[in-house]
Amino acid sequence: MSRRWFPAVLVAALVLAVAFLTLPIAAIFLEAGPGELLDSLGDDQAIDALRLSLITTSIALAIILLVGTPAAYLLATRSFRGRDAVTTLVELPLVVPPAVAGIGLLAAFGPSGLLGGAVEDAGVRLVFETAGVIVALVFVASPFYVRQAQAAFQAVDPTWLGASRTLGASEARTFARVAIPAAAPGLAAGMALAWGRALGEFGATLVFAGSFQGVTQTAPLAIVELFGSDFDAALALSAVLVAVSAALLATVKLFTRGRERRGAGVAGLA
Amino acid sequence: MDTTLRDLNLRVELSVQAGRTLAIVGPSGAGKTSVLRAVAGLMRPREGRVSCAGRTWFDTAAGVDEPPEVRRCGYVFQDYALFGHMSAWRNVAYGLRDVPRSERHAASTALLGRFGLAGLADARPATLSGGERQRLALARALASGPRALLLDEPLSALDASTRARSVRELRSLAEEAAVPAVLVTHDFEEASALADEVAVIEDGRIVQQGDPDSLAAEPASAFVADLTGSVVLTGRASAGAGGVTEVALDGGGIASSTDAAAPTGQVAVAVHPWEVALEPADAAVEGSPRNRLPATVRSVTAVGNRVRVGLDAGQPLVAEVTPAAREELGLRPGARVTAVWKASATRIVSRGDG
Repeated sequence: MSRRWFPAVLVAALVLAVAFLTLPIAAIFLEAGPGELLDSLGDDQAIDALRLSLITTSIALAIILLVGTPAAYLLATRSFRGRDAVTTLVELPLVVPPAVAGIGLLAAFGPSGLLGGAVEDAGVRLVFETAGVIVALVFVASPFYVRQAQAAFQAVDPTWLGASRTLGASEARTFARVAIPAAAPGLAAGMALAWGRALGEFGATLVFAGSFQGVTQTAPLAIVELFGSDFDAALALSAVLVAVSAALLATVKLFTRGRERRGAGVAGLA
Repeated sequence: MDTTLRDLNLRVELSVQAGRTLAIVGPSGAGKTSVLRAVAGLMRPREGRVSCAGRTWFDTAAGVDEPPEVRRCGYVFQDYALFGHMSAWRNVAYGLRDVPRSERHAASTALLGRFGLAGLADARPATLSGGERQRLALARALASGPRALLLDEPLSALDASTRARSVRELRSLAEEAAVPAVLVTHDFEEASALADEVAVIEDGRIVQQGDPDSLAAEPASAFVADLTGSVVLTGRASAGAGGVTEVALDGGGIASSTDAAAPTGQVAVAVHPWEVALEPADAAVEGSPRNRLPATVRSVTAVGNRVRVGLDAGQPLVAEVTPAAREELGLRPGARVTAVWKASATRIVSRGDG
């Protein structure tokens, strides 16, 4: 046999992988013609689902940034007992199956759950409500952001933080004026990843919040429901989600490449 | 400023007057940078006291620990720690919080001009040369009127041609700022060029402190002698005739010194390379120098207007001669010579571990 058989195997494997991974994506656009695509997007259910997805993912992302950024900064810049354990706990939702996450959310915040009484006393309704969708999205998407943000803050030169302090800046000002801008490309990449995950979230939302049009039915849930009745509409909505997800992935690539040029590492994508 | 720090292996007590510069010299890992970090408030010593201009910054006994932003030390880090995401003027303006926002740009650019960085106000630190980066770091550190100036290896990142200029600038800046300045370095020459006083740190302890000249002339230990550029030979001391101490060198031969060997026994002999003369190996013994060691030339290196000759005299030895002597003696690796120096130029120092 020729000595060149191994490179040939490598090439064949890559061709197979690329074909298999891109064909379904390409098929969505090939099957849904531009005209049908626009028609289907006029559908109320599709419009409601897209609007709800946009609103819930934006609110979820805001919550993730607000809490996740300082939490990641703490994990990145202080060493304390059990830091590794805490990091692992934060990353746990990455490997929990989404349906299990939904069950867990019900067990914690559902009417008869651990904190169900407290949630009800606070006048908040989560199950079968838009707020519940946001809770589910925060749960599944935040680890993507926190992981990336932690790596980004770890890559900031610690002497910069010290220099900021000696120049008269408090810890809070150092965080806002030096750490966040210096880590910005990594934070942006983490945002894009978390948003992408939230946008595609299905299982936890279905189990915890249900699938009611205009209230808890996000785009992925609408796709599954439309799939039974109107395949063209399902295709059209899928095409929109693919386009948005591809744009997010391109954003991640753009920011991570910027970071690598500066010699700072980025955590691998889980 | 008065500092007492204690860490696992760090215990120093130092004070510096305003307008004067103290250099802490020692090898890497001796705890030099930790001293600066403790003074600036970036590290908390387990025990000790730091005060500046009558104000206590840190005192474990009294439970005082001012944060770095209150102490406001002008700290020039070894790699300068310039903020890479900010332009040069924004780096300077970062410390100008007492200046109204609308005047910060003007104040920063004016300061950059004074540091020879006019026209580079909008440049990012990454695009500046080593010398420019250092001046930017200094401008930033001095912008906000620091209460003390801390310099970590200020010359190490500069090339030789920038160093001379930097030495002059640093000296005049430290005087002008009229605050106590502390710098740390592993290079005694750098310390003596920049500082009024030098403290040698070894394993977290100050082993000798004084003005640079007196340290070079009277090293207290083999470690200090080596650091100040002396050649150090080890041997065993005994009292010789006429108050002269004789040291039987470990590599063979005897060295005499006019120093009294306080502890006889294992000692080190220190001599400056420029005190060591070379004669042909077969030269007749003449003249007064008492110390004569046969040696083989190992290396010959021109350093400015001198020639450094590395010798093997049982132990490594270095002589500095003129280029003319190099020609006359035919100095090249492998040549046999006799190294000669006076007993009065020979210091006997304790051996230590260095």
